[in-house]
Amino acid sequence: MSRSSDRLKRLAARSAVALACLVGLPLADGMAQSTPPKPAATSVHDGVGRPATPAEIKGWDIDVRGDDGLGLPPGKGTAKQGEEIYLAQCASCHGEFGEGNGRWPELMGGKGSLTSDDPRKTVGSYWPYAPTLFDYIRRAMPFTAPQSLSDDEVYAVTAFILNLNDLWPMDAELDAAKLRSIKLPNRDGFIGEDPRPDTPVGSEPCMRNCRASPPKVTSDLAQRLGVTPDRKPKD
Amino acid sequence: MAIDDRNEVARHIVAMRPAASSLQAGRRGFLAGGLAGAAAGALLHPKLALAKGGENLPPNVPEWTKTLGSGVTEKQYGSPSAFEKHVVRRNVEWLTATEQSSINFTPLPDLDGIITPSGVCFERHHAGVPEIDPAQHRLVVHGMVDRPLIFTMDDLVRFPSVSRILFLECPANGGMEWKGAQMDGCQFTHGMVHCCEWTGVKLSTLLQEAGVKAEAKWLLAEGADGAAMTRSIPLQKALDDCIVCYSQNGERIRPEQGYPVRLMVPGWEGNVNVKWLRRLKLGDRPWQHREETSKYTDLMPDGKARQFTFVMEANSVITAPCPEKPLKFGKGFYEIRGLAWSGRGRIKRVDVSMDGGNNWHVAQLQEPVLSKALARFRLPWTWDGAPTLLQSRAIDESGYVQPTIEQLRKARGVNSIYHKNAVQTWRINANGTVNNVQIL
Repeated sequence: MSRSSDRLKRLAARSAVALACLVGLPLADGMAQSTPPKPAATSVHDGVGRPATPAEIKGWDIDVRGDDGLGLPPGKGTAKQGEEIYLAQCASCHGEFGEGNGRWPELMGGKGSLTSDDPRKTVGSYWPYAPTLFDYIRRAMPFTAPQSLSDDEVYAVTAFILNLNDLWPMDAELDAAKLRSIKLPNRDGFIGEDPRPDTPVGSEPCMRNCRASPPKVTSDLAQRLGVTPDRKPKD
Repeated sequence: MAIDDRNEVARHIVAMRPAASSLQAGRRGFLAGGLAGAAAGALLHPKLALAKGGENLPPNVPEWTKTLGSGVTEKQYGSPSAFEKHVVRRNVEWLTATEQSSINFTPLPDLDGIITPSGVCFERHHAGVPEIDPAQHRLVVHGMVDRPLIFTMDDLVRFPSVSRILFLECPANGGMEWKGAQMDGCQFTHGMVHCCEWTGVKLSTLLQEAGVKAEAKWLLAEGADGAAMTRSIPLQKALDDCIVCYSQNGERIRPEQGYPVRLMVPGWEGNVNVKWLRRLKLGDRPWQHREETSKYTDLMPDGKARQFTFVMEANSVITAPCPEKPLKFGKGFYEIRGLAWSGRGRIKRVDVSMDGGNNWHVAQLQEPVLSKALARFRLPWTWDGAPTLLQSRAIDESGYVQPTIEQLRKARGVNSIYHKNAVQTWRINANGTVNNVQIL
């Protein structure tokens, strides 16, 4: 069963219009009786899957590439417009100023903290690329209603979060070109090559009398801390 | 321990009540109601029976031997014994803001062998578990391909299939222990790992079908959950051994593990094994998305962060004894049991030390020892009743030796969160209880 005839059957079942087309295809049938021409799109497993239509792809193709903003849609918004959306839909978790409520992620601050005992990884202190912010908000936020904001609204909220980090003025319109041109402070803070293994390897490990001195317990608070859940099942 | 036992008995009694009444109801048709008392008696925990005088112990004939059991298909889908209710996933509530974007832990101390039962595999979700109708689920392959394709679940199942036993570990496993011993339980120090048999179609098969363009070097995998979670994966790995899976341990994947279809990326950090897979897009470089920049990157002491640290390096843990499995019979014989795994291939050897790493003993490895799967190790041991610092150390076929916590800290500091695979130390106390400690 060739892919094209399968498709025709599906089309035929779907509508009378398609049926009419089928009736008008004697030439194609005639061709199929000789050597069925393999379509340009060579299929290894004939009849499994079908071409994705541009419309189908468009509905799901939402990714925006972080480093160059490839995939950013048309649209625009100001931080001022974004603030309104943010206060209504984001602030309950992320805090009115992006400071984060409880354990919900903070979105601002943390500059200079990455080498401290308490690194704070925010858009301003840690994120390398501004378009990533647009991508993430559009695909995953607001937490309880993902993919509910329009592109203009996503630009506006993106602008507001950048504003919280002193990276975008309140009243300027943010669009694709401008978002691409923003360089986040930690842009050069990442190492893309995995340097591991980075601990001693390769030599046969010691098996006998390996320690120079008796072992010393350096941390034994686990039991006394009392932060380990008990073993009781939930119900 | 004694208190724990009593609580467990009490819980079982509570748990058994509805079961006892449903048993009565189910049998009412052909057995007289007079059985009710006997049926309830038969369901008492053996420990309770012992406490009441041991009427189910020899030489007495136990109640369950003197009654009729339940019939076939009483449960169309079976579940563990009511006496195993403690073998469950557990989460650490203070760890995350909400259970929809959270993680829980596999009960490693309560499991044997290398296969994790599907129902207790740890879960990590970014926007909860979506309820996906497989008839309306699609997988799209597009981007830098000759032929953008869309597949139904029927299509995916129709392709040539493969099965493979693989571990899957969250790179945050052990992440709470960088600065010191914090979690007093093996389930919480090491439970972000599971090992299942996965079945599906090779990713390379789908990519061949779509025809990957020469300039494509990376692939974006995207989920259909509310986070539409994405990760970039190098094409080389995608063509090597990745599997687009629809089955786990012989049945369709559990919802919380990615039903109806997920990506398995053998040996690589859990997050790239995208669940509820809906889209694969080919491109010429990584997408630098949120989960590969602001998360799942390893912050070093100099403030720079490592990115795309995919491989899960060799790790191991002793699952008995451990804080949840104390040496409750005093001195005498115990079998030391544990798990080892490596994202670089097979476990070659596991060593066990009872003196904080001064002397090591080669453990027995249970066959089969599979590449990028959990391996079970064992070592017979007679405890002399003295306090003991127990450790295990895994070595994989690449020659990699599991590091100590000090070696890891020397290389990476204490703020990297991810990829903590240090040798674990359990301190066995004179009374047989076991604690999580770190040693120098």
